[in-house]
Amino acid sequence: MSKVFHVEPPALSPQGVSDRSRRWRRVRRIVALPVAALALAGCTVPTFGAAPGATTSSRSTYHLWQGFSIGAVIVGGLTLVLILWAVFAYRRKSDRIPKQSQYHIPLEMTYTIIPILIVLGLFAATMVVENKEVANPKTTVTINVNAFQWGWKFTYPGQNVVVVGQTTQDPIMVMPVDTNVHINLTSSDVIHGFYVHAFNFSRYALPGVLNQFTLRAVNTGTYDGQCTQLCGLYHSLMVFRVKVVSQSQYTAWLTGNANVSAALAAQAATKQQTSSIVPTKPAKSEGNN
Amino acid sequence: MRTEAKVLLSLGVFFGAMSVVYWNWGHENAGGVMMFAGMLLCFLPGGYYYWWSRRMRARPEDDPNATQAQGAGVVGAFPGTSIWPFTLGMGAFFVVLALVFGIWFLVPGLGLVVWALFGGTAEGRRGGTQ
Amino acid sequence: MTDVLDPPVVAAHGDHDDEHEEHHGPTGILKWMTTTDHKVIGMSYTVTAVIMMVIGGALAEIIRAQLTTPNNSLVSFAQFNELFTMHGSVMIYLFVGPFAFGALANIIVPIQIGAPDMAFPRLNALSYWLYLTGSITMLSGFFVAGGAANFGWVAYAPLSNSINTPGAGADLWIGGLLLTGFSAIFTGVNLCATIFYLRAPGMTMFRMPIFTWNLLVTAILILLAFPVLTAGLIMLYCDRHFGTHIFTVPGGGVPVLWQHIFWFWGHPEVYILALPFFGMVTEIIAVFSRKPVFGYKGMVFATLSIGALSLGVWAHHMFTTGVVLLPFFSIMSLLIAVPTGIKMFNWIGTMWRGEVWFSTAMLMAVGFLITFLIGGLTGIYLASPPLDFFTHDTYFVVAHFHSIVMALVMGAMGGLYYWGPKITGYLLNETIGKIQFWFLFIGTQVFTLPMYLLGLRGMPRRIPVYPLHPSWQFLNQLSTVGAVLVGVSTVAFMVNIVYSWKKYPAGDNPWDGHTLEWFTTSPPPHHNFYRLPQIRSERPTWDYNHPGHTAAEHGHHADHHPEHHDEVPVV
Repeated sequence: MSKVFHVEPPALSPQGVSDRSRRWRRVRRIVALPVAALALAGCTVPTFGAAPGATTSSRSTYHLWQGFSIGAVIVGGLTLVLILWAVFAYRRKSDRIPKQSQYHIPLEMTYTIIPILIVLGLFAATMVVENKEVANPKTTVTINVNAFQWGWKFTYPGQNVVVVGQTTQDPIMVMPVDTNVHINLTSSDVIHGFYVHAFNFSRYALPGVLNQFTLRAVNTGTYDGQCTQLCGLYHSLMVFRVKVVSQSQYTAWLTGNANVSAALAAQAATKQQTSSIVPTKPAKSEGNN
Repeated sequence: MRTEAKVLLSLGVFFGAMSVVYWNWGHENAGGVMMFAGMLLCFLPGGYYYWWSRRMRARPEDDPNATQAQGAGVVGAFPGTSIWPFTLGMGAFFVVLALVFGIWFLVPGLGLVVWALFGGTAEGRRGGTQ
Repeated sequence: MTDVLDPPVVAAHGDHDDEHEEHHGPTGILKWMTTTDHKVIGMSYTVTAVIMMVIGGALAEIIRAQLTTPNNSLVSFAQFNELFTMHGSVMIYLFVGPFAFGALANIIVPIQIGAPDMAFPRLNALSYWLYLTGSITMLSGFFVAGGAANFGWVAYAPLSNSINTPGAGADLWIGGLLLTGFSAIFTGVNLCATIFYLRAPGMTMFRMPIFTWNLLVTAILILLAFPVLTAGLIMLYCDRHFGTHIFTVPGGGVPVLWQHIFWFWGHPEVYILALPFFGMVTEIIAVFSRKPVFGYKGMVFATLSIGALSLGVWAHHMFTTGVVLLPFFSIMSLLIAVPTGIKMFNWIGTMWRGEVWFSTAMLMAVGFLITFLIGGLTGIYLASPPLDFFTHDTYFVVAHFHSIVMALVMGAMGGLYYWGPKITGYLLNETIGKIQFWFLFIGTQVFTLPMYLLGLRGMPRRIPVYPLHPSWQFLNQLSTVGAVLVGVSTVAFMVNIVYSWKKYPAGDNPWDGHTLEWFTTSPPPHHNFYRLPQIRSERPTWDYNHPGHTAAEHGHHADHHPEHHDEVPVV
């Protein structure tokens, strides 16, 4: 006759769960929200891992991120507290069968309706930021960004300037600060991702599709960019930089760097990956003006 | 059978509504067609169950007060051991290998598939093992 | 009086006695090759899926090893692309999916509803053979010239066309998915038919266990979604080999169409992966809290809502394409959080005021709750297009879905510890199980949490090196440590299986389970039941064993009619 093993529940503890703890839990829940709000009002809102970035839309995206994160911390914190409470306070203390509650309609309605309201609020906030981002304000500068395996080509239409570089040549897209810049994003082969961390932004370069968006930088500086959509062997090295300069510097750079044609620039770029046609300082011109 | 019908029909209605909203708002062909097809997929069995549930005799599994005695008798046909699923599976495997390595794989592939279809059908008519 | 009855009779032309069958039927490997018993098929699925988990895990460890330093050369760029493609493909297509709807579902759903087998046993067996051969097909890509598929588990066009990815590896990937896709579709048909037609008397739809409800919705999602993937794969194959231009621009094709088709399948797929584990966790929490499922009807409604909504959110994977209707997909994706939250609170409500005891299965379920909370919350960020614009294709997304799938793995382990004894007749060792749990839970947080930060700092996904950002190294190394801890938990699991082999006989109902499967023997006999109890609620075994505790003041089930409370169960 074989022995049947049972898994023994953990040892019993003498105390039970007091009614006091139940009341305290309720009080704590009511008090938590205004306390958190007060605390938050008193100090600066944490970044939650993101940064305001260098453009107008990166700023509003950043604030949206913070708002979502506050919601996540509150909802997640509350839920985590409830889980841990259930795990510790209701751990098995005896062999008794507990009350077999099966439902509580008012409670279930509450935690159906409140999340719906939260979600609608998140959606409204999203739409405000998104509408700003996809809006088409008047732009004074246009840059054509072309992604290819495995580099980037920045063309300044009407200005006769082309900047192109492959992988570690790290081409730099120069653009003026405090100006609405219109970007025309295309791809010559597969899908690439135009991603600039400091702009809190990315967009696919799709073959056969013209993607357009507006950027307005508010801080000068040089910012890293990288391809984020898998595009083959050297996807990880398909880097570029965006250099935001003052408007006068931008104009000077344009006049100083008018290329003969894109073809010449591309030729030089694909020859050897030694020298770069990327101008780091203005006043380095290639070919006749 | 009414609950089953309601589940499928309400899913179908939801997909239909979603596809109408999406089509008019987004004008995107692929998604609109796929959602509409999803609605049809739910309406097909759902509609059939709805039609049938109003005409069928109550089944013991739909009766909350049924006793096990009401379920006595034949439940269904459950073919026992059978070589045909394995044969059909191997046939499909070779057919797929034909897509990769060359059309000559279709010979064992389609051969096994056809053999399994005949064998399995015959086994079904015979009654199979227990 | 509680009444039990002989099991439903199965039809056969001529009368075959069970005992005679054991002497005359095939034996050994031929018996396995010809079986149509859902329990044997389910075990085959389980063993195969766990092997796939180990293979996928090994690929992950190599990836994490490569990423420990910024300019590592452990593997080449080409090999790395194969590694993450096959890691994702093996884990999603060959492990979690088949485990979710082919392994435990195959074994447990018929017993939970009192059926003798699945509705179409031979089709069930065919599903397994298609799964096995499909897995072999996909994995054999590693052995062909050019290597395995290397375009990511999503195979975006035009990267996946014959110009950019020539070679048999990609075609083997496509072929493997055609086979496993049909495997899933046939299982979906089988599950629907079984649940609709083979329930025991008294087992109305609203008395089915939540696990079975979840598998029903999973099955419907499979039928809605998988044919779309199959069609897309055939289109991709035609583009690659028959000169069509469905996804290629020269010739008038539209690359982004692949993404629409793929993700129309892909998003329901992640719910196909998740819902069965939601069901497992629901069952485990109820049994180990010694309470009924809290909010049963709410759970059913939430599951149906998740299933319905999941068909309308696919393009949230495509927000950065610039060509999708952002507000529609944003609101639909945000709305899915609501039924998911309902489930979360119902799980907590099930534990509330219970007598919760922590076997390994329950630990895994709690680990699931916490890990899924993190993954679910981070998913809400991704539903907002402006926030998705800067997290898409970064490690933030990688962290989000790894939190989710690791939670599902915890659910899977919980399911194995909970139902393993029912299926095999033997318990697993609880001490080793707890060791496995802590390595799995802690390892998961250690490997995923740094990834969230890496993504927010700008690290893209699918890159083998990051030479321009040496500051990312520390978080990458931390993540690798976490991955190693998870590997240790897998080893602990294997050790437990070997150590506990036939050591601890389980008996019919070691956990005091509630649902019908705990009424029969462990393992169940041929055609599953010698006797069936009367079914008057969603907990027929509990009602039979605890006749004084079937109703509660706070919740009186609509279907439930209080029985005599002074009966002694018939032994």
